[in-house]
Amino acid sequence: MPNIVRHDGTITSDDWTVVPQPAEGESLELPKGPALIPAELWLAGREHFEGNPEIGVWLDSHEEPEILKDHLDKLPIIAINFPKFADGRGYSSARLLRERFGYRGELRAIGDVLLDQLQFMKRCGFDSYALRPDKDINKAPRCLQFFTNAYQAATDNDEPLFRRRGEFPVAVAEETA
Amino acid sequence: MYVYDEHDRQILEERVAQFRDQTDRALAGELSESEFLPLRLQNGLYVQRLAPMLRICIPYGMLRSEQLRRLARITRDYDKGYAHFTTRQNVQLNWPALEDVPDILAELAEVEMHANQTSGNCIRNTTTDQFAGVQSDEITDPRPYCEIIRQWSTYHPEFAFLPRKFKVAVNASEHSDRAAIQVHDIGLQMVRNDAGELGFRVHVGGGLGRTPMVGPVIREFLPELDLLTYLEAILRVYNRYGRRDNKYKARIKILVKALTPEGFAERVEAEWSHIKDSPTRLTREAIDGMKEYFTEPDYEALEDNPTELAEARSQSKAFDNWVSRNIDQHKKPGYAIVTLTLKKTGTPPGDVSDLQLEQIAEIADRFSLGEARVTHEQNVVLADVRQDQLHELWQAIRPMGFATANLNTLTDMICCPGGDYCALANAKSIPVAESIQRRFDNLDFLYDLGNIDLNISGCMNACGHHHVGHIGVLGVDKKGEEYYQISLGGSSQHDATIGKILGPSFAREDMPEVVEKLIGVYVENRTEEEEFLDTYRRIGIAPFKERVYA
Repeated sequence: MPNIVRHDGTITSDDWTVVPQPAEGESLELPKGPALIPAELWLAGREHFEGNPEIGVWLDSHEEPEILKDHLDKLPIIAINFPKFADGRGYSSARLLRERFGYRGELRAIGDVLLDQLQFMKRCGFDSYALRPDKDINKAPRCLQFFTNAYQAATDNDEPLFRRRGEFPVAVAEETA
Repeated sequence: MYVYDEHDRQILEERVAQFRDQTDRALAGELSESEFLPLRLQNGLYVQRLAPMLRICIPYGMLRSEQLRRLARITRDYDKGYAHFTTRQNVQLNWPALEDVPDILAELAEVEMHANQTSGNCIRNTTTDQFAGVQSDEITDPRPYCEIIRQWSTYHPEFAFLPRKFKVAVNASEHSDRAAIQVHDIGLQMVRNDAGELGFRVHVGGGLGRTPMVGPVIREFLPELDLLTYLEAILRVYNRYGRRDNKYKARIKILVKALTPEGFAERVEAEWSHIKDSPTRLTREAIDGMKEYFTEPDYEALEDNPTELAEARSQSKAFDNWVSRNIDQHKKPGYAIVTLTLKKTGTPPGDVSDLQLEQIAEIADRFSLGEARVTHEQNVVLADVRQDQLHELWQAIRPMGFATANLNTLTDMICCPGGDYCALANAKSIPVAESIQRRFDNLDFLYDLGNIDLNISGCMNACGHHHVGHIGVLGVDKKGEEYYQISLGGSSQHDATIGKILGPSFAREDMPEVVEKLIGVYVENRTEEEEFLDTYRRIGIAPFKERVYA
């Protein structure tokens, strides 16, 4: 079943499996196929995982993206977990990965990912979203583009509106019969 | 005043369409209550004790007459024909229906109004001094900066899910602070440095509520062009490190205290060093362009104290009292700043009917260039009235109920809606305000008492700013009974102070007498030039305690 929304609104499915943090005393068990493993574990076993295109990492909302900054070109994908959708730390983590540390690979939102936050996530540099399965994925493309303009600069847009005023003609809505 | 261009209009229309879609999905059961909650809160919609409550934004308190008329129409068509001005320069409707809210927002958008981010864990309405732009002791007009902050904070993608709500206030007066900036999450005091350049002194971590604090200074001078990047640095540090495990410890003041102001400032400066030259840095053109919206009107060359005014004052004691009390000095000769008081005994402080909203619009058009301002003390200001028209204005507003000549006196109270409306309240606040107003109904006595801030909150969330009242009243619940705790000596001015609790709380019916005793102590101890707060600061809390608990 398609479960992934991309920033351009296309809906796809892929095989990245999120591997949870193993319980105390248990070791990491890798599934078959591509896996997103806890960032701490990837760092701890870096020699082993580095360069493997089927191993990516996920960061929890309280984890600092700084821990990955020296390894970004070795990671095929980074996911950031939203344990609750109202926990907004992931937005800052995403912007830092993109804007400060220059991460260019795929950045995915996982966890409590709902429709109404998708455009904020996109603006902060996420380019794929694992929508919570009970949500209607067909509504995602619309929710990614409620707004056609924004006041601030963010990852998706270098120029805040105050630098664009007067030279940015607004698209005139098509008249409907 | 700021006027929307096509970008602002388009963004707001898209917001209205978005909320309509969200409301439809909520009503269709596609959004759970907890999922819809922050979406409706960020569009101003609470669910309250008796009905939903819609808090409409009035950016830094400024209203045009057409907006007042639209508010009047909305209260009539969608509500019960009245509205309530809040202590954050906003306005609330107490009885809208959930399914009507998208239509209300669409009607507001037509007059460049909205309810964006008036609630929820996001950056709220930026507030400022109601005398901005018309007073003589101002560094510069703060409103262009408020509008710049408004735009930057509107739907900011990174800061829509902060640990807790976040309030910014700006002040530019050197001698007064009518915006109470030191009890805000961020308080910005406009200053000039030794080189004469404009900037801000930055206070962070002030606030009222359960843990009242005066915000410490984390930067003495922030150049004006750096305003937004610095705010972004503060917000990012807060978003990343503010507590999310306990909502009572989630405000930025707790983080500032935990890190110490110096430690917090270091983190902000470190973050800022990365982004200070980013495209978010303001440009000279952006600031100058914004200032174009707040230029001075074409004032006429007039003289102070014209004969029309002097004659009318000598002929009517009531008019003379009103001029002495409710008029402030305007920066231009021959003009006056008029405060319409919404504190008539028997009317909840800050409440206005639909008819009164239209009346304010009418007199704003007739006497004050079609603009009005809402104050955090829940009054309305007409900022540009000719002195030779003051008598005519006074005659016009007396029958409307706006001429109670009690500005800044004991009966000009700040008061939250309290237990009559608010689901959070522990106790009613409006009846307490009214009983005190009834006890102190002699104007000459009130004038003799001078300036006294009496602030009433119905619970420790402190919407009535009780901590910073010279006399603060807090409603508390004692085993299901409503009681009232008193604090003394608070101030929200440049000398911001959190009041001290007097002692055990009182029953509601005892409140007028208790206040009378406190006032008695002041009257007996004051020197000729002392206001209540001065006397309190000199003699301390003990004599007040002795009298009240004797």
